[in-house]
Amino acid sequence: MRGCLYPETTMDLSGKKVTLHDMCLRDGMHPKRHQISIEQMIAIASGLDAAGVSLIEVTHGDGLGGASVTYGFPMNTDEEYLRAVVPRMKRAKISALLIPGIGTVDHLRLAHDCGVGTLRVATHCTEADVSEQHIGLARKLGLDTVGFLMMAHMLDPERLVQQAKLMEGFGANCIYCTDSAGYMLPDDVTARITALRGALLPETEIGFHGHHNLAMGIANSLAAIEAGANRIDGSAAGLGAGAGNTPLEVFAAVCDRMGIVTGVDVFKLADVAEDLVTPIMDTPIRIDRDALILGYAGVYSSFLLFAKRAASKYGVRSADILVELGRMKTVGGQEDMIEDLALNMARARKAG
Amino acid sequence: MAKINAALIGSGNIGTDLMYKALRSEWIRPVWMVGIDAASDGLAKAREHGLKTTADGVEGLLPHLARDGVRIAFDATSAYVHPENARKLQSRGVVVIDLTPAAIGPYCVPPVNLSAHVGAREMNVNMVSCGGQATIPIVAAVSRVQPVDYAEIVATVSSRSAGPGTRKNIDEFTRTTSSGIEKVGGARRGKAIIILNPAEPPLIMRDTVHCLTATEPDQKRITESLHAMIREVQKYVPGYVLKNGPVFDGKRISVYLEVAGLGDYLPKYAGNLDIMTASALRTAEMIAQEISSGRFQPSAA
Repeated sequence: MRGCLYPETTMDLSGKKVTLHDMCLRDGMHPKRHQISIEQMIAIASGLDAAGVSLIEVTHGDGLGGASVTYGFPMNTDEEYLRAVVPRMKRAKISALLIPGIGTVDHLRLAHDCGVGTLRVATHCTEADVSEQHIGLARKLGLDTVGFLMMAHMLDPERLVQQAKLMEGFGANCIYCTDSAGYMLPDDVTARITALRGALLPETEIGFHGHHNLAMGIANSLAAIEAGANRIDGSAAGLGAGAGNTPLEVFAAVCDRMGIVTGVDVFKLADVAEDLVTPIMDTPIRIDRDALILGYAGVYSSFLLFAKRAASKYGVRSADILVELGRMKTVGGQEDMIEDLALNMARARKAG
Repeated sequence: MAKINAALIGSGNIGTDLMYKALRSEWIRPVWMVGIDAASDGLAKAREHGLKTTADGVEGLLPHLARDGVRIAFDATSAYVHPENARKLQSRGVVVIDLTPAAIGPYCVPPVNLSAHVGAREMNVNMVSCGGQATIPIVAAVSRVQPVDYAEIVATVSSRSAGPGTRKNIDEFTRTTSSGIEKVGGARRGKAIIILNPAEPPLIMRDTVHCLTATEPDQKRITESLHAMIREVQKYVPGYVLKNGPVFDGKRISVYLEVAGLGDYLPKYAGNLDIMTASALRTAEMIAQEISSGRFQPSAA
């Protein structure tokens, strides 16, 4: 046993190979209210490709079929985005997200037809059994098939493993622990990824998707790698829901310093973030009060703008809406509750 | 007038809840429950309430149809077995109310189109989906005032109330409900979203309906139409409550609903299942009145 003079606090990840997966053209659709143009998609995806990012997600923020009154109508359809971006990629593969209950296998077939290489099927962390059809079909079509367990902070590691095993059994070759609320601290990530790594098949890959609401994106992603994850989501310039995703160029730089092998050119990626992604932001991606509350109260990150809009329309505080959404244990996709809740709060205030 | 005898096919949650509701009906007398598991709780409950039971599926019921005067059957099994069940029953002159997603017959949403189906003497009607029963009346209430270009619904149900059938084929819900929004609700285009929420204690079913009208909405007439429609649904689902709205925002009309069940066999939060059984019973009662009065004589197809 080592003495207390040499505590085991050094993280040695040198030589580990990790796939970085960019989110700015999917999760980044949330802060852009799904209004990214085809030209912007092509320019950013091409830049990411040239910088060595090997996986890039492109879809509506709420995944294939997300176009709706509830989540917002995008500037272009999923099909238009995918058909524009996929053929222009030299090395990178394009991924698409699908949330069962919002998108269907029809959307999945369409994405496959558009040349998507990776299909990520997302469910709330306790509801993996709704993904059987979609994961099964994606695997049958020969796609890199990912099971994406959202709001994973709401489930303890043991039960998260059970859900992950369901997805693995349906055919997923990679399982994600997804911190949709940006709530997790590094120990939470370590516990979950360690449990997944110990229980899933050795050939099953493990991924981590972070949000930066408590500024833990980088630290959590490192904890994930240390515990056995080999795919990490991030977003150029952090463009994503809430306070954004793990800023990918920053994470790539940290990986370089630590000797983690990503295949990404940090300078080129920093240029994409600075010159292409930051200029399209409607507002700076930062930890404002509302984004902080998402992380602090464990609330789905894409609720942010909906809460801000409902707050200004009905004269209530967005922070109060978000806290209440956390207390109600809302899950991803329940954006429709926000106007409903704001109306209740406005009425209660009037009555009080 | 005499009650009409009915059989319940399927001894699961839906079939059993339907039995409790049917036992209170003035028009329907449940006489048989059909299952495939002799040890099922549903069959035991049915026997306790004096129903005859079989665990041999529909085959076990067929020899008794005539003697026991069964004229209506509820099928609460699955989309996979419904077509065969329906064929066997309809060929013997039994009207079938389909609670599965099979949808061989036309969609039936009682306050919108039940009287039309009864008038057409349909031998098989389909109850769409839980979300459809909760939201299509609202879409219809808007579209009967002015054209609806697009209608979208979000049904949020507690994880506990979503059974393995729903989970295995969640796309079926999305497709069937979207189609019902168009065909019965009258929207030019329909979209349906379903969310499962595992919170404890379980949340009561919530439904949001958004309609986009082709022209500026006539707020007064739409509001009146919505309230009248909600009263119609409340006649058979007392826990059907308007929580907020209608919210008018340009051409968007949004309505926020909560659906609590009666808590017969299923817990109250499972309004999604309750509204299916209540709608099916409502449908059966109207058909029963037609049979009883002699206006409708179901016959083999």
